[in-house]
Amino acid sequence: MSEITLVEAVTQALAYELAHDENVIVFGEDVGANGGVFRATEGLQKRFGTDRVLDTPLAESMIVGMAVGMAAEGLKPIAEIQFMGFIYPALDQIISHASRLRNRTRGRLSCPMVIRAPYGCGIHAPEHHSESTESILAHIPGLRVVIPSSPTRAYGLLLAAMRDPDPVIFLEPTRIYRKIKQEVPDNGVALPLDRCFLLREGTDITLVSWGAMLTETMTAAQNLQQQGINCEVIDVATIKPLDIDSIIQSVEKTGRCVIIHEAAKTCGVGAEIAAQLAEKALMSLRAPIQRVTGFDTIVPLYKMEHLYLPSVARILNAAHEVMAFE
Amino acid sequence: MSIQSQTVAEFAITYSRFLDAEGHPTQDLPESLKNADTLRKLYEYMVLNRTFDAKAVALQRTGKMGTYPSSAGQEAIGVGVGAAMQEGDVSVPYYRDHGAHLIRGGSIEEIYLLWGGDERGNDYATLKQDFPVAVPIASQSLHAVGVAKAIQYRKQSRAVVTFIGDGGTSEGDFYEAINLAGVWKLPVLFVINNNFWAISVPLSEQTICKTLAQKGIAAGVSGEQVDGNDVLAVTYATEQALKRIREGHGPHIIEALTYRMCDHTTADDAKRYQPPEEVESYKKEDPILRLRNYLVSQNLWDEEQEKTLYARVKQTVEQAVHAYESIPDQPPTAIFDYLYATLPHDLIEQRDILLANLGAHHE
Repeated sequence: MSEITLVEAVTQALAYELAHDENVIVFGEDVGANGGVFRATEGLQKRFGTDRVLDTPLAESMIVGMAVGMAAEGLKPIAEIQFMGFIYPALDQIISHASRLRNRTRGRLSCPMVIRAPYGCGIHAPEHHSESTESILAHIPGLRVVIPSSPTRAYGLLLAAMRDPDPVIFLEPTRIYRKIKQEVPDNGVALPLDRCFLLREGTDITLVSWGAMLTETMTAAQNLQQQGINCEVIDVATIKPLDIDSIIQSVEKTGRCVIIHEAAKTCGVGAEIAAQLAEKALMSLRAPIQRVTGFDTIVPLYKMEHLYLPSVARILNAAHEVMAFE
Repeated sequence: MSIQSQTVAEFAITYSRFLDAEGHPTQDLPESLKNADTLRKLYEYMVLNRTFDAKAVALQRTGKMGTYPSSAGQEAIGVGVGAAMQEGDVSVPYYRDHGAHLIRGGSIEEIYLLWGGDERGNDYATLKQDFPVAVPIASQSLHAVGVAKAIQYRKQSRAVVTFIGDGGTSEGDFYEAINLAGVWKLPVLFVINNNFWAISVPLSEQTICKTLAQKGIAAGVSGEQVDGNDVLAVTYATEQALKRIREGHGPHIIEALTYRMCDHTTADDAKRYQPPEEVESYKKEDPILRLRNYLVSQNLWDEEQEKTLYARVKQTVEQAVHAYESIPDQPPTAIFDYLYATLPHDLIEQRDILLANLGAHHE
């Protein structure tokens, strides 16, 4: 079996579900003949036809609003928003309708749908192509928000998202779209949508992250290992609903926690994790929780982007700070 | 340099009515509107609409219901459109389409429940695929094209009707919806209830378009105007439009001209901005009076029938009020129970907190 990239794993999952569920319809801007600007839908229109894989006019609110109507009629719309920075015109449809239709109608109508969006910085693109505003969506009742960090998890989590009876926001980190290659068996097996993944076992610090930042986080963990500091690494993967129990379990063992995310610090998902640890595991903590995050600035254009993005060095500094507590 | 011009669109917007303000026929009625039972049914549902609606306002005024958007004076639009729809069609309403809900078999109690602050009002007993009322303006237009896309994908002969107000046609979602409906030739009818007021902003400040129907032209979507106070014109235009839509001719816009003979909602006071002489002038355009005049002139209606109808409608509304007032409250956990198909673990914890604190209150 050959190894595939994260973006190819997305394509593989979409193809699997298109082949196995005739209610699945994939659509968005440039997803048809062009196969998506990142090629996530490469070859799907040719294979499944223009009834199943559709280019839409260029209107994000329309893409999501239409998905609401399709889902209410029992289809499984899988919509692509070309970049997370362009999802904002669709927020009204996501927040006011997709997330609420089941509750509003007391279960009569529902919105089983997936909204995929490439997200995060690191690809030398113009402004608005580097957003990681996942906490806006994590704040909204009725949604699930999922962020894969590897080809294997992209495949399994996207399958789960497409089979979920409620709306799922699936954010694909562009920085690692083609960085990691893994063998991903096309067996249609989904991963759970409400569980963290343990990437590395350790006893001294719990490093918590998701998406592309796990690259820097794992590098930091390896560096720290050479210094005799043994890190446990958790991939949160589903940031809503948050599997806080797995994180607590780890922190009860290590007593120290550093949370790493690319998004801005204030009201980031790291703040929620830290708050829940303070509520539920304060007595297990031997050091204050540290957050290594993007700054509360606009993501700079790419020449200065490296200043914004949490670096391995910043993670190491935070790790040393928490290790200073006995 | 040479400049060439090309005529890419020429259009006229038709305006149709069958009855003038006094109820005199302006032209021969089509066959479908010559049936006495059909005419009487339209009349009866308009009366039901106005009666239940006045009761809703009264319930709000006496603290028994929340903020409510009246449809007074605009009954012909909902009733006429709803009458022309078929079983299996889908209504994607805004919030002044009560008449369509009722004539399609929806209940008054559902409407009272919703505006009485109870989500169960949207859990329609009969109209299983109809959308609930959309509060954010124009957002429903996009749901309608999505429903229409699902119908087209399954090659069904159903049609979608979505309603919007005049103010709503200024929103981006409306334009995005008619554009997509045109591109994909979707089976959807857009009905614009043009009552000339978007809360306090008159149509003249909303657009300089001479008609709202013509907004479809740029998207390649046909449109027409009808007298929205003539239920016969509304019914016939809708029937014809839905027939063409079912035949695969794609979307259409009907702009129904009416006037808002009420406050925007019970939280509004239209006297602050509607000129009294304008309101007065529209009183003689009343859709119910108009059809009654016609029915009487054709010997299809008399005083006795009128009395019987009003007695029956009064009783229907009273029964609905009773059902609305006597329905047991939802359990407290209902605020959690419909967020997801299966409640995630973090919400189970929050639900337990709610229940534990309710227990403390009761002690």
